[in-house]
Amino acid sequence: MSLLATQLINLFAAAILLLAFAMISQRRILSLIHLFTLQGIALVAATAVVGYVTRQPHLYLSAGLTFLLKVILIPLLLHRVIKRLDVRWDVEALINVPTTMLIGIVLVIFAFNLAQPIARLSLSIAGGTLGIALACVLLSFMMMIIRSKAVPQVIGFLSMENGLFFAATSATYGMPMVVELGIALDVLVGILILGVFMFQIREQFDSLDIRHLEKLKDS
Amino acid sequence: MSVLGVISQLLEIALALLLAPLLVGWINQWRAWLQNRSGPGLLQPYRLLHKLFNKESVLAHHASPLFRAAPYIVFSCMLLASAIIPTLSTDLPLSPAADAIALVGLFALARVFVSLAAMDVGTAFGSLGARREMLIGFLAEPALLMVLFSASLIPKSTSLTTIVETLAHRDLAIYPSLAFAGVAFAMISLAENARVPVDNPTTHLELTMIHEALILEYSGRHLALLEWAASLKLFAYSCLGLALFFPWGVAEAHAPLELVLALPALVLKLAVGGALLAVLETVSAKMRIFRVPEFLGTAFMLAVIGVLVHILGV
Repeated sequence: MSLLATQLINLFAAAILLLAFAMISQRRILSLIHLFTLQGIALVAATAVVGYVTRQPHLYLSAGLTFLLKVILIPLLLHRVIKRLDVRWDVEALINVPTTMLIGIVLVIFAFNLAQPIARLSLSIAGGTLGIALACVLLSFMMMIIRSKAVPQVIGFLSMENGLFFAATSATYGMPMVVELGIALDVLVGILILGVFMFQIREQFDSLDIRHLEKLKDS
Repeated sequence: MSVLGVISQLLEIALALLLAPLLVGWINQWRAWLQNRSGPGLLQPYRLLHKLFNKESVLAHHASPLFRAAPYIVFSCMLLASAIIPTLSTDLPLSPAADAIALVGLFALARVFVSLAAMDVGTAFGSLGARREMLIGFLAEPALLMVLFSASLIPKSTSLTTIVETLAHRDLAIYPSLAFAGVAFAMISLAENARVPVDNPTTHLELTMIHEALILEYSGRHLALLEWAASLKLFAYSCLGLALFFPWGVAEAHAPLELVLALPALVLKLAVGGALLAVLETVSAKMRIFRVPEFLGTAFMLAVIGVLVHILGV
């Protein structure tokens, strides 16, 4: 039973990493949001399985919270934002996709090696997936760096939060409830503020390209 | 080598020869249904083969013997490939002759000969198709090898029968590395079998065709053999995918009852897989040829991550 559960957690972890890779190779914003939603679902499933195996009811709660927030609310908000900004078919990255993929592989190897000694100390059932969680964080980080437009950067930020959340679940069976609620609220407020921010950028520069922000003065 | 082994080997070859055109017909039928057409019927590929075998084969004046030999070489490569992939049983007398790496080599051999033959007559379309085929081939082969490696790391053997035996008959285990390999394999098979995101199997439009451009100069029995070989290739890839990622129902050695049950299981799995392929082909658009390296690069990367996930021990 426990073996099967571990394997299930590993499978969901692999799905999360797979989706992170799909996100860095994706050019369309609409598909990006769909992938983000799928990643949220995989995260919810992984959290629920960990909660079931370790009999920790508060993990169900955090899975429910994740579901509400990352599978329903945030994708809905993002859909509204891109509809009102009219940027559904945005295609721009600073580095081309194959190079990104190669850097991604290097990041995965780095993350796995980094996480191995820590995972050995962890007594948690899903300790082995720490490397995957770390790789997701790094990949989302890279996605924020290589995208020049605002909306993909926000999605990268949210996906990074997914990775962190999964790391917490897999290494220590989740954070205390207060912290988790705080983070959930933070993310929600963050996405609202970033949404307003995106509208402001567009107002100012007639584009969502954040390279415009590098100039301090408007000439 | 047991009598049962020989029987299952012969059964498998006969099954591949008979079922391969049916699989193509099934996929075409589903595609027609999904596009609101009535479709040519399941048996159309057999009728096509029958027609082509009865027609005279026309050769160009300056066609070399290679041009005439290529269809036979390609056909026998594909036949051997489908003979060593365990579809019904893992007790195959032919399988020690070739492991997973040799299987990739067999596909490569067929590709080289069909490309050489396409360039042999010297028409523009032939060499255009050959170049594109080689472009796809050199990107798809390493990815396919990586997929097979990530599967063969689990039983620590590259023999296909051992892999399938381990995956199908040990206690239930979920391997994350196989999830990556599965996605990569699906992408590679689409590219290798000239299916829609990479090539359109029904087109004869000059600028986009790859597979059709290669066999444009062939007619009569040669064309029939090449068409049959193409359907065998699709069958072999489908069976390889089923054997690696959905191996349930493949019979073990010395189990005649399982062998009887393996046939309906295989047909069911192929039917579902064929329908899914038709859905995928209907909902996706053909990509530009310059996007293909990106597509296959992604497949290669996924396969590499599959191997990494296994080696670094998640």
